[in-house]
Amino acid sequence: MSDETVVDEAPEVEAASATEPEPELVHGAPVVWARGMQVAFPALDAYYDTVGALKADGFDFCADLTAVDYLVHGPRPLPAGIDPERFEVVVNLLSMSAHRRIRLRAQVPAAEPVVRSLFELYPGTEAMEREAFDMYGIRFEGHPDLTRILMPEDWEGHPLRKDYSVGRVPVQFKAAPAAR
Amino acid sequence: MSDYVPTVETSEGAQEMRPRSATDPMELLREQGAVLRLPEGVNVDPADMDVEAGEDDTMIINMGPQHPSTHGVLRVMLELDGETVLRSKPVIGYLHTGMEKTQEDLMYVQGSTNVTRMDYLANFFNEAVFSWAVEDLLGVEVPPRATWIRMLMCELNRVSSHLLFMATNGMDIGATSMMIYGWRERELVLSFFEAVTGLRMNYNYIRPGGVAADLPDGWEDHVLSLCDAIPPRLDQYDTLLTEQPIFRDRTEGVGVITAEQAMALSASGPVLRSTGASWDLRRDMPYWFYDEVEFDVIVGSYGDAFDRYAVRLNEMRESLRIVRQIVEKMPKGDYRVQDKKVTPPPRARIDESMEALIHHFKLFTEGFKVPPGETYVAVEAPRGELGCYLVADGSSKPYRCHIRDASFANLQTLPVMLRGGFVADAVAVISSIDPVMGGVDR
Repeated sequence: MSDETVVDEAPEVEAASATEPEPELVHGAPVVWARGMQVAFPALDAYYDTVGALKADGFDFCADLTAVDYLVHGPRPLPAGIDPERFEVVVNLLSMSAHRRIRLRAQVPAAEPVVRSLFELYPGTEAMEREAFDMYGIRFEGHPDLTRILMPEDWEGHPLRKDYSVGRVPVQFKAAPAAR
Repeated sequence: MSDYVPTVETSEGAQEMRPRSATDPMELLREQGAVLRLPEGVNVDPADMDVEAGEDDTMIINMGPQHPSTHGVLRVMLELDGETVLRSKPVIGYLHTGMEKTQEDLMYVQGSTNVTRMDYLANFFNEAVFSWAVEDLLGVEVPPRATWIRMLMCELNRVSSHLLFMATNGMDIGATSMMIYGWRERELVLSFFEAVTGLRMNYNYIRPGGVAADLPDGWEDHVLSLCDAIPPRLDQYDTLLTEQPIFRDRTEGVGVITAEQAMALSASGPVLRSTGASWDLRRDMPYWFYDEVEFDVIVGSYGDAFDRYAVRLNEMRESLRIVRQIVEKMPKGDYRVQDKKVTPPPRARIDESMEALIHHFKLFTEGFKVPPGETYVAVEAPRGELGCYLVADGSSKPYRCHIRDASFANLQTLPVMLRGGFVADAVAVISSIDPVMGGVDR
């Protein structure tokens, strides 16, 4: 199944790489091909502009925005010039006219997990960014209403971080006086 | 934890409402996408808000999370001027059980059991998209029969899901008898699922590497009897709902959204197609064998609640058309890959072969390891694009498993659709989005 996708998009790879020198760049962001999909690695300060340029290219639909915490899986293959950071914001864009997808992975440092919000470009990222904030504590600058979305409003911590324990449910009869 | 960065913005921020008179279209869209989020229990003074409808005329009420027409535990905050909805804000999270976190603690072989419970009306889609993502990372090619079985189950699941929509949509709008008919027809489809998987819901049938078991003997007759039984019932729905003046009055022109708004708000599925935007992943980015079956993509024209109903009604007819073709084209062969590292050996082999026993034991205690990588795959679920973003670190558990649920994104269209309508319309509009809170909150 994955092979079909590769076959579909293979001509576009050649077209893109024929016009641009190595390494392949999309709006200044290095690009790799993973399983038939283009994956771009924009720098954090160029992240918003890259997405904006891609939107102008016809990627009119933001299918998904999420984050990953690479705390315990640090070394991972990244293109040259991209330093791994603890967090990654992952954006899946879809072009309904060209029938193709592109994925962006922006490295977000743990010391200052701040990313510019995509709300101005895609209002549909409103809930998705709130989810990423809720689950990872990544702050989205310019988001109109950055509050918790899934967890209770007074919750402490960000559950999908890798240093957030899954916890235990206390079993009530353990504390009860034993019959024995 | 040394790396832990405390975040102070977790409590409610300041409430912000812009004057209506001073909003250009871009800001209006922003406001419609994100309005009103109030701390619980805080009384808001309407005099603080600059709205057209006099200062004392508006009130803010909660609809849900225990409201019967909110399809579970959706809470909608409404700012009302009499019966008119000025602003609204969906509040979710009441069914959040941390399934994505749970997934990181479960092996890939256990994954289907977990994801199937997300969107609990479209279980097969959840299982299929997760299994597909795992297979994509594994580099495993699924036998054609397994893929055709997946298509068969998914298309029937689409029918059962839309039938439930017919039932609840009818009841929300007042056609109470529709509730009985919708569930009755859905039960026909579920009986087939039970015959194949042993369960009516939460099947854990589609697994990485194929499906759990082959189709039972006589499945063709069972499926064809469904294909014969359901279309006449759909025609009855046409009589009961489509031609009914009250139903049309309640849905036509209610909850209108344009294609531009729907796309900007990342809405997909029938919500997007009802606006006239012709986008269906099955046709436009064909996956599995959808390029080998013939079907039409149903689109609406006005983007109102009636169009969303009509799109779903006709999608069922198209799905049954696909199902008939699948029955004809179903190939012979394996229903799962014969890779003993990924799928368990047949039960009989365990008694005869030491190797099979070891494989079986290893598979269910340690699971299989997936090479490092990340992937995103998406299928067209009954509610829209259902995606799975999967990150593997080389172990037997997913490092990150994010499910992009269509209802989660579709709910963002609610403030746009409700704006300017009546409270009674809110019931029709929420119903027409057909949110499943299990998928929204995960």
